[in-house]
Amino acid sequence: MGHHHEPPAESLQIPDGHVWTKIPLLGAALAVLGIAGSWFTAGDSHEFAFSYLTAALYVLTLSLGCLFFVLIQHAARAGWSVTVRRTAESLASNLPWIMLLLLPIFFFRHDLYHHWMGAQAADDPILVGKSAFLNEGFWSARFAVYLVVWSFLGWWFHRTSVAQDESKAVGATYKLEKGAYLSIPVFAITITFAAMDWGMSLDPHWFSTMWGVYIFAGSVVSGFALMGITTVLMLRSGLLKGWVNVEHLHDLGKLTFAFTIFWTYIAFSQYFLIWYANLPEETMWYMHRGDSWETLGIMLMAGHFVIPFFFLIPRTMKRNPVTLGLACVWILGMHFLDLYYIVMPASPQGHHGFHLSVSDLLLWIGLVGIFIGLGAWKMRKNSLVAIGDPRLGESLAHVNF
Amino acid sequence: MGRTYGYLAEFSNPGTLYRACERVRDAGYRDWDSFTPFPVHGIEKAMGFSWSKVPWISLVFGLSGAAAAFAGQVWVSTVASPLVISAKPLLSWQAYIPVTFEVGVLATAIGTLLGMFILNGLPRLNHPLFTSTAFERCSDDAFFIGIEATDAKFDAEATKAFLEEIGATHIEMVEE
Repeated sequence: MGHHHEPPAESLQIPDGHVWTKIPLLGAALAVLGIAGSWFTAGDSHEFAFSYLTAALYVLTLSLGCLFFVLIQHAARAGWSVTVRRTAESLASNLPWIMLLLLPIFFFRHDLYHHWMGAQAADDPILVGKSAFLNEGFWSARFAVYLVVWSFLGWWFHRTSVAQDESKAVGATYKLEKGAYLSIPVFAITITFAAMDWGMSLDPHWFSTMWGVYIFAGSVVSGFALMGITTVLMLRSGLLKGWVNVEHLHDLGKLTFAFTIFWTYIAFSQYFLIWYANLPEETMWYMHRGDSWETLGIMLMAGHFVIPFFFLIPRTMKRNPVTLGLACVWILGMHFLDLYYIVMPASPQGHHGFHLSVSDLLLWIGLVGIFIGLGAWKMRKNSLVAIGDPRLGESLAHVNF
Repeated sequence: MGRTYGYLAEFSNPGTLYRACERVRDAGYRDWDSFTPFPVHGIEKAMGFSWSKVPWISLVFGLSGAAAAFAGQVWVSTVASPLVISAKPLLSWQAYIPVTFEVGVLATAIGTLLGMFILNGLPRLNHPLFTSTAFERCSDDAFFIGIEATDAKFDAEATKAFLEEIGATHIEMVEE
């Protein structure tokens, strides 16, 4: 819509003494209290390993959801999202640290994946048949690949965009777009295989071709919800004033809403095909999630789909920062329950039924503390908006009809 | 010559039309419309549109369609033609979800289209403004505001003066 007045430059930086400068310290405190508290309240290190896997997958999927946001914005040459993209870039740029946070999964591998990593797997014809893929050496090599690839992608997209803040070079945008085209297939393959390696292989006899998409769907909807609540909170605390407005929030809300439906579509499709065919080697995964776990499954249907779906349908709910923020926080909570439903029935403490322990919650709080601490710390170092992006004007003038 | 439609006022460009719309809106007219050869962004704000009621029609159609589809499948598989399929219970809600979903989407789409047509007064074979020769340029290079005689604020003298004041280059009284 032609001319725009540049919003105030001071809301582009987190000022000294601002409440956001205290988040890294808060995050560190939550991390220490949460992890230590969880370690001492956990039954043993075997049980702790499963709680850790749930919490680590939570912060990983949030980071990957933010990375995915960055990738699709560049690939689609999106103009509207320029003023909110840096938030996703900053959160995804911590992937090198988040991958370090996943290393305990490697060290706990015999606690988590003993069914197929242990010596007894040699006596199991099904596991022998899968051993070309499911063996400790190849699994560890793949772990290293995810670590390198995701760390690099998170770091590179943030660094290239930040460099453009100063240079204002249009070439950087082309570079990021080409990078996105190349990265999307790499992202798709790595998240699919990691989902199999860390989630599906907890039940090594079982398989589902929907699995990678299921984990991806949860990752993306929670990543978008995280973008939504982070942007709302930044506006509330006086950051991004004039740079981000209700139109951007509306679009983040639309993405969150759309991917809530996508998650449901995938989760139901997986269940539906297995239910219909009724083959024992496929239904076992849901059999392990019967009894008291079934209550959690029904809670997910209501809480991860029905409630946010109807709540977010009206335009006003996505445009009101309070209702959008509430929906985002709700979805972020549901994503934890989703991962809990995926991981914990395979754990010793969850084997006989649903039992949410203090240890699980403390560990989740601890790792989320690290995640938000790293995020706020990274945001403080650079401009909160990609001000060198040639599509900045388009984003500032963005209007939803 | 029969019923009076009202005034058709011509404006020279989208800018003057936009500002004129704001003035007509602020003057409190209700039965009026603007006509342009291409979409003018933001005109709905200048005209003071309130939110469309179509979403409510969509919601009612969608929920009814989904409920009817679900109920129909329950009736068929438990009452009309109870058949045990692959040892599953007669009432297996899982099997009904795809059809429920599809019919819900279809009913929402039909409701949205019908709601839009009815609320817009469509389909219609003619419009009183088609009797005006000047109005033919509406699909070419002219911008119009039409204020209908049915409007409570309409007055043959005052409305004409008002349209002149807000920058109309040509004003005519349209009669069917």
